[in-house]
Amino acid sequence: MRITNTTLRDLYHSMLRIRYCEESLVKPIESGEVRCPVHLCTGQEAVSAGVCAALKQDDYIFGNHRSHGHYLAKGGGMKEMVAEIYGKETGCSRGRGGSMHLIDPQVGMLGSAPIVAGTISLALGAALASSIRKDKRVTVSFFGDGATGEGVLCESLNFAALRRLPLIFACENNFYSTHLPISEIRVSNRIFEIGKPFGEQSFRVDGNDVLQVHAQAKKAVALCRRGKGPVFLEFLTYRMHGHVGPDDNIQGSHTDIRPKKEIEQWRRKDPIVKLEQLLLKKNMMTKAEIVKLKSLVEQEVREAHAFALKSPFPKKEELNKYVFKD
Amino acid sequence: MYSRTRKLPYSLAINEALHQTMESDPDVFLIGQGVKSPWYVGNTARGLLDAFGPSRVIDTPVSENAITGAAVGAAIAGMRAVVVHPRIDFMLYAFDPIINEAANWYYMNGGKASVPVVIWGIINRKGEQAAQHSQALQAMFMHVPGLKVVIPSTPYDAKGLMVAGIRDNNPVLFIDDRCLYNIEGEVPEELYEVPIGKGVIRKEGTDVTIAASSYMVYEALKAADKLEQEGIRAEIIDLRSLKPLDEALLFASVKKTGRIVVADGGWKTCGVAAEISALVYENIFHAVKAPVIRVTLPDTPAPASAVLEQVYYPGESNIIQAVKKLMKI
Repeated sequence: MRITNTTLRDLYHSMLRIRYCEESLVKPIESGEVRCPVHLCTGQEAVSAGVCAALKQDDYIFGNHRSHGHYLAKGGGMKEMVAEIYGKETGCSRGRGGSMHLIDPQVGMLGSAPIVAGTISLALGAALASSIRKDKRVTVSFFGDGATGEGVLCESLNFAALRRLPLIFACENNFYSTHLPISEIRVSNRIFEIGKPFGEQSFRVDGNDVLQVHAQAKKAVALCRRGKGPVFLEFLTYRMHGHVGPDDNIQGSHTDIRPKKEIEQWRRKDPIVKLEQLLLKKNMMTKAEIVKLKSLVEQEVREAHAFALKSPFPKKEELNKYVFKD
Repeated sequence: MYSRTRKLPYSLAINEALHQTMESDPDVFLIGQGVKSPWYVGNTARGLLDAFGPSRVIDTPVSENAITGAAVGAAIAGMRAVVVHPRIDFMLYAFDPIINEAANWYYMNGGKASVPVVIWGIINRKGEQAAQHSQALQAMFMHVPGLKVVIPSTPYDAKGLMVAGIRDNNPVLFIDDRCLYNIEGEVPEELYEVPIGKGVIRKEGTDVTIAASSYMVYEALKAADKLEQEGIRAEIIDLRSLKPLDEALLFASVKKTGRIVVADGGWKTCGVAAEISALVYENIFHAVKAPVIRVTLPDTPAPASAVLEQVYYPGESNIIQAVKKLMKI
């Protein structure tokens, strides 16, 4: 597959923004400045970046509890996201949602929610809307390996296939459903095969290789636009933090039971380092350019926190605003 | 008020609401199990498939969770979806998209995306259908912030509230009793709305208020006629909307009569009647001369045997009994 230098740099930039923003949240979480549950996606950036780069701005995505990356890669504003995580009125959900409810309809990010598999059927509906309107949009549903335990996934796979909907089921398999390894929640770890009985084109992809992610996503998007959807994509990846927060320190106890050796093995497969090495090797970016880009991203992240910190909290008298729309 | 009206059965009044809203707005579509089959949805979907085609009139597999979620997701993506559940009991599979997603979406996203969806659940009481085919679950949905709940009793209201529900920018639970589908009433030919949140007085009276909804309105009217023969003048309020509830109409009536019986087709505990009792005591305690009486289903699952059904379902006689108790007769 041919991929332009610009696309490669954009993918690198997209992953850096996600990584730096995620890591910038560690201290505020530990200090208690950030209080809402935050599910960091460090290590999984290639999936968000690679998939969203294959979409147009008016295509739709739905996320889950771990969706900072999806939101940023689709074009959601970093300032608004960080402000949301701090519970501020300037946040993308005006401080009513927190980290798990990120939305920016202007760029096709239609929302995220932590009920496992809860947004899969919503994505099904967005794709159904596109099929009724014949607007050629594609919808991506991001969910994790844990969501494969929910019945609504099978219902959605069936209905999407029946109606040939332009929907990509994007499963980020990070091998752990909160604390449980995949071997304890599934008989087969070949998740991508879930799509096959429904006649869906189904692929397993190295989710830490952004080039492969992007290439498969582009193919899937093209299939959907031609009326050959839905498509099931399983991305093998790994989160470098615990299920929630910087670590799994839930009420003082260390609950991340993942073997240290396993974590180290995945650290060596860091998707950002991998692309960085390629960019340098192929002379697509110089070291100086990389340093400069990193400092630009660092600055954007600093500005996002500054914006969030100086933003006002929601007004107490507006507690009941947004229950109903007029 | 309206140029032309004629008699229509309740089911065809709903049907007309669907035809006219789908005709006037290309974003409206109907999805649900059995929309191709009168066996499931009565006459409510008659002619829709021919008029609007299979892309907007969508019959589905038995997948209530995903299909309701799809209606909600389509609404988030800008459509106006109507999802029908021919038996509301089966809609319990869809609690997640209704409550976790649709009801919360607008709030938890700070008003950035609304969910204009009608979630239509049909109650199928009686007929020896037993506990999983007869439930009246309106109170469960009343409990949840972000949901509106309507429960029409007449063909006029069935059409007007369906239209209002479709045009509303929020999730609206449209709950109806199949036993009303053949009831006829005057229905205007034109497209009109019955405002959500407004009740109506079906019969004026001065001695006691009977607040009812859906088929219990007819039981209350029959009871009121008999009571009138004994010199008791009951005022019948048809609630029409359970959420928001027309508190102003309710309180004004109770202030006038000083007594209230609430007749609801659901269970007693934490039910519609419980909520109305609490509202009355909380707001106009001094206006009430006697304790509220709730006429509801007992806290028991629906039985099959017709003999048991006769005692299970409250009706006219229970309402008369309640009123007489209040009047100390």
